[in-house]
Amino acid sequence: MDNANFEPKIIGFICKWCTSAGADLAGTSRMKYPSNMIPITIFCSSRIDPQYILWSFKNGADGVFIGGCHPNDCHYQDGNYKTMKRIPILKNLLKELGIEQERLRLEWISASEADKFRKTITEFTETIKKLGPLKSIE
Amino acid sequence: MKSEKKRIGVFVCHCGINIAGVVNVPEVVKRLKETTDAAVVIDHQYCCSDPGQNLIKETIQKEKLDGAVIACCSPTLHENTFRKTAARAGINPYNCEIANIREQCSWVTEDKEKATDKAAKIIKTLIKKVQYDEPLTPISIPVTRKALVIGGGVAGIQAALDIANTGYPVILLEKNPSIGGKMSMLSETFPTLDCSQCILTPKMVEAKQHPNITLMTYSEIDSVSGYIGNFKVKVRQKARYVDWDKCTGCDICVGKCPKKVSDEFNCGLSERKVVYKMFPQSVPNRVVIDAPNCLYIQKGACRLCEKHCPFNAIKWNDKDEIKELEVGAIVLATGYELLDKQRLGPYGFGKLKNVVDGLQFERILSASGPFMGEVKRPSDGKVPERIVFVQCAGSRDPENAMAYCSKICCMYTAKQAILYKHRVHQGEAVVFYIDVRTGGKGFEEFYKRATDEGILYIRGKVSKIFEKGDKVIVWGADTITGKKVEVEADLVVLATAMVPAAEKSFAQLMKLTQDEYGWFTEAHPKLRPVETLAGGFFLAGASQGPKDIPEAVSQASGAASKVIILFASDTLEHAPVIAGVDEDLCSGCGVCIDVCPYKAREIQVKEDGKKKTVKVIEVLCEGCGACSAACPVGAAQQKNFKDKQIEDMVKVGLE
Repeated sequence: MDNANFEPKIIGFICKWCTSAGADLAGTSRMKYPSNMIPITIFCSSRIDPQYILWSFKNGADGVFIGGCHPNDCHYQDGNYKTMKRIPILKNLLKELGIEQERLRLEWISASEADKFRKTITEFTETIKKLGPLKSIE
Repeated sequence: MKSEKKRIGVFVCHCGINIAGVVNVPEVVKRLKETTDAAVVIDHQYCCSDPGQNLIKETIQKEKLDGAVIACCSPTLHENTFRKTAARAGINPYNCEIANIREQCSWVTEDKEKATDKAAKIIKTLIKKVQYDEPLTPISIPVTRKALVIGGGVAGIQAALDIANTGYPVILLEKNPSIGGKMSMLSETFPTLDCSQCILTPKMVEAKQHPNITLMTYSEIDSVSGYIGNFKVKVRQKARYVDWDKCTGCDICVGKCPKKVSDEFNCGLSERKVVYKMFPQSVPNRVVIDAPNCLYIQKGACRLCEKHCPFNAIKWNDKDEIKELEVGAIVLATGYELLDKQRLGPYGFGKLKNVVDGLQFERILSASGPFMGEVKRPSDGKVPERIVFVQCAGSRDPENAMAYCSKICCMYTAKQAILYKHRVHQGEAVVFYIDVRTGGKGFEEFYKRATDEGILYIRGKVSKIFEKGDKVIVWGADTITGKKVEVEADLVVLATAMVPAAEKSFAQLMKLTQDEYGWFTEAHPKLRPVETLAGGFFLAGASQGPKDIPEAVSQASGAASKVIILFASDTLEHAPVIAGVDEDLCSGCGVCIDVCPYKAREIQVKEDGKKKTVKVIEVLCEGCGACSAACPVGAAQQKNFKDKQIEDMVKVGLE
């Protein structure tokens, strides 16, 4: 299938203290990246119940992005370590469900890493474009 | 969850052309009117302006709204502004949310149509969120109006005195037996040449005698728990082997002690006894026994100190004591050390006897130092006829040591060279420098004085220092003439870099962040220089970065004023966006208790004595939401970030 004109739907769960602040800095620095990802700012990446990710895929997301603070930098001491453990487990489950693991991406992006945010979102959007729309799951 | 729907108003800001230049605002308004159940959708040029805020307030009141979404810049800028506006209009501020359509939409998207789509979607997610937002009230927590100052140098002393003079009790903690810190080791201070001891010791005594200050010297932090306003600190008071209630500081024991070890206060340039006082003006004026070196403690022989003590103060069975403190604020005045000379290979790895660092030379100059103020060199006690001062030894040297400028070295080198010339009139002082930085009151004039007094400044770095006979040879470059320079000296003084005294393990104990070198990081480098991001911790002096005495003292007073502001009220407000428990759903499994980083959850047994559920200790909860994600039955919910809210946000975000 030709994915050239495919505009993927992406949900981004980004933590308030690091990744959302990094995204703000990308804005202040007037960096440009694809508009496909709709950001949902939560307090901490550890707030992300893995079921939200499945829920997102079920409701039509072609990709889910999670952004948290770097290890040791978590505003809530060790929330990102919980995320670090949860996401790989969920990724294995995605495979079983027939969802490509690349459709879920976790990155640590600090408040000063605007360019990392821009690059990550650009790359991730490209990856999802190449993968094409997610076949519906139940 | 509320069954009846909220009447929500959406206010879309143009932010001049910042948003409206890319996002088609009228189109966004139209779509929101058609596809959401918002009661009102209006736009405004600048929502944050007075007319903008008035429009929001009047609309909320006229339309009887009970929720609002402001689509504008990042919530870090104006969430507070608009929540206050909402509160003035009579709705709960936590039912007003920000949709960030500037930093995360208009500024980062080129395509106008796509930006318009994204803005509408972002706003829709927030409308869903507000629909389920509960009205919340900040939680009031009590404040223990007692401060702990860690570090008894000039910054710690100043902070403690300022807080104590306001009437609040302060504990001043110092790891060494005496307060005084690095300043007590200095000879004279730039640019006024005041005697350091003369200006510091009155402050030390004042701290000791202050009714609101409790000194805890020879003590270290064991653990810290709690949160702003309510810290619990365990302090380890190290065994002194001397009963300080009986000791008078008469020093008879010191005279009798047979064993000598290297004297830290004189930077290893002389020896001290094993039972010792740090320096004659020590505060408190008491002795301690250095247990690892004591003949009796280690080998069971001697006890001369005990035999000669007129007050029966020697206490062989002394042990470390753990003391528990409850304080509301903690000031970190942990100061600096000098970079270890061993790290400077080309300068002799710290092995050359006649190559000393800045603090060692301060001790050499000091009237109470190893040579009683006569300038002599360590190897043979000869008066040096030529001294070479090497600036930036380990500073401004990213390849080998520290990239930063240690800030005080230019001035103290000029001072040391001047003091040397005053004591040894025929002596020659040569200074190697990269730049001379004199940004301070009276500093440039002082540097001028140094050059006027015949001190030779050579611009260039020193590449190698080595011994030849009883001389020290310094190889350097003169970058003005472009020539190599060799100087034969009797003594070399390295202005070694300042490095933080607080170790990483200490910062982790405090849960504070340090920069790549280990200096404590401030909450904001410009606007919040004495606060840290962890509430209730404040920074004073060189714990934050290289500082001279006046800067350390001003920052200490700044930190003290922040503590006093905190203590001005007996309660604190704690953000209410925290976790809750649906007791009907909770099975009391306790998974959430394990994931909570703040120990804010505990099992409670219900009144009937059978059902166990978890309850939230509200003042401890910081609202990370880890419990909500971990709860297997959905009983743990974060207020205003409930599962239902996030699910609906995802749904509209994907429309």
